[in-house]
Amino acid sequence: MKYLHLIWAGLTRRKTRTIFTVLSVLAAFLLFGLLDTVNSAFGNVSGSLAGASRLVTVSKISFTMALPMSLYSRIQAVPGVAGVSYANWFGGQYQDGRVFFPNQAVSENFFDLRPEWELPAAQKRAFKETRTGAVAGANLARQFGWKIGDKIPLQATIFPQKGGSNAWTFDLVGIYRAKNPDARGEENALFFNYKYFDEARQFGNGAVGSYSVKLTDPRQADQVAHAIDALSADSEYETKTETEQAFTAALVSQFADIGLIVGSIMAAVFFTLVLLTGNTMAQAVRERIPELAVLKTIGFSRRSVLALVLCEAVLLLLIGASIGLLLASVAVVSIQGQVAGQLSLPRVGAGEWSRGLLLALAIGLLVGFLPAWRGMRLRIVDALSGR
Amino acid sequence: MSTLVEIRNLTKVYTRGHQKLEVLHHIDLDIVAKDFVALMGPSGSGKTTLLNLIGGLDSPTDGTIAVAGEHIERLGEDALAKWRASNVGFVFQFYNLLPMLTARRNVELPLLLTKLSAGERRRKAEVALELVGLSDRSQHKPGELSGGQQQRVAIARAIVSDPTLLVCDEPTGDLDRQSATEVLTLMQELNRDHGKTIVMVTHDPKAAEYAHRTLHLDKGTLVETPEQTAA
Repeated sequence: MKYLHLIWAGLTRRKTRTIFTVLSVLAAFLLFGLLDTVNSAFGNVSGSLAGASRLVTVSKISFTMALPMSLYSRIQAVPGVAGVSYANWFGGQYQDGRVFFPNQAVSENFFDLRPEWELPAAQKRAFKETRTGAVAGANLARQFGWKIGDKIPLQATIFPQKGGSNAWTFDLVGIYRAKNPDARGEENALFFNYKYFDEARQFGNGAVGSYSVKLTDPRQADQVAHAIDALSADSEYETKTETEQAFTAALVSQFADIGLIVGSIMAAVFFTLVLLTGNTMAQAVRERIPELAVLKTIGFSRRSVLALVLCEAVLLLLIGASIGLLLASVAVVSIQGQVAGQLSLPRVGAGEWSRGLLLALAIGLLVGFLPAWRGMRLRIVDALSGR
Repeated sequence: MSTLVEIRNLTKVYTRGHQKLEVLHHIDLDIVAKDFVALMGPSGSGKTTLLNLIGGLDSPTDGTIAVAGEHIERLGEDALAKWRASNVGFVFQFYNLLPMLTARRNVELPLLLTKLSAGERRRKAEVALELVGLSDRSQHKPGELSGGQQQRVAIARAIVSDPTLLVCDEPTGDLDRQSATEVLTLMQELNRDHGKTIVMVTHDPKAAEYAHRTLHLDKGTLVETPEQTAA
């Protein structure tokens, strides 16, 4: 600690350069905090669902292909199946297509199979009894100021009505909440009655996009999945049944390998950061060679000089990283508000902070090492005479 | 008086590429404790090299240097650093203060290597600044001080750890006459009143007059001229 003022003096010698370097470190770690959070968010998407206790059955060819409704009763009859619901992607747009959120037509027992969500019994009953009934997630309802009794107009992008109109209107009869506060991202979808959708749509009647299967015993997931897929083996509607967790992970990986993208961006950012801060440190030490020589003259050992320069580099990185991670924490909260939970962004927590600060420490040691080594090995008489 | 610095057969050879340059040739020199010695000579005569060797900043190619009985030519780099910290104070022509630190913090620097507490370091630095007449400038940074004041801060830094020996390389070379006189008077007081042994390199015959004796170096060989030695 007694050397802190000396290290600080080294950092503040060229204030403008130090400020710009701290800003670049800050930007890199702000990005790190955000991207790491996004990466965790995608990890949570697959982890937050009650995966092992529920299976998803979709077409083996593609999850966009429809399955016949006739499978419903056959799946229900498979031993180990406690309940079955079904859903069909609607993909409607709200407010002239300016706003998008997930919306699906679902069976009336859809919410019975989702104990992780809270929907008051009266609202659940209303959903079952109202032909044009819809239930929205609490986040979504809050975002658009919806309340029960409101009419929700959606513009179809796939399924027009029989008369050719793309305008669908639903009556909001319920608002569900996720019991787990970290799964608020699940509160951003709209579900409406499949019966109404199927009767009114122009084509594709009698088919569903997916079945959701609740198991009596999660340990039997493999056997039940095989039994369900065997129902349609060698038919034109072959199915693929897997846990919700595996299904979501596969879905996300169809869009992109988020981990790879995040990793690649971070690698590029930190590579640039190493070059930039390495150059800054080299320049800073080169300018101070006579000062380091004075320190050695008055008795500072080689190791002390090495440690001083290394500490300076590490402190520079830690200051930038701490501010960057702090800003990332604030930004995540703000972004979470903006997306209203379409993606549940976890907070920048202890994990991100420790990873970030360790990374800053490692980069500090890396970029500080060569200048520190140079400072350690300088010959006093040469340095003092400007050689 | 006992001999503080004992130099025997001291030779220094610099190698620059394939060229070998013998800067000092077989120097023998004794400096007694509490002596004030001026080293003069033309540029390139080896004055600063000899001063650096006496101060333990460089190692001889051949010969021995004993300071208070310690053969410093035998010490490794880290041991030499430790030895310098407790035995020698340095004063340079261009002061070599750290520009971001206040005068007091600059003076405190050698004390960072001791086990003194922050309060003790501060007190000793203030005493040293008072001794050089700059206690009212302790919070000023070097850029806010005149050349003469900066050199006095450098002297305070050199004496703060109470070394026996002060080595000064052209301490007045960058100062006007009045500041130079103040600095030289201060050095004389440190020698006379505080018993510091001083070896000073200078080009200025007036500065040399403050010393007890003047040694002349010419082409790496020591030539003592008793007629120039002050009483």
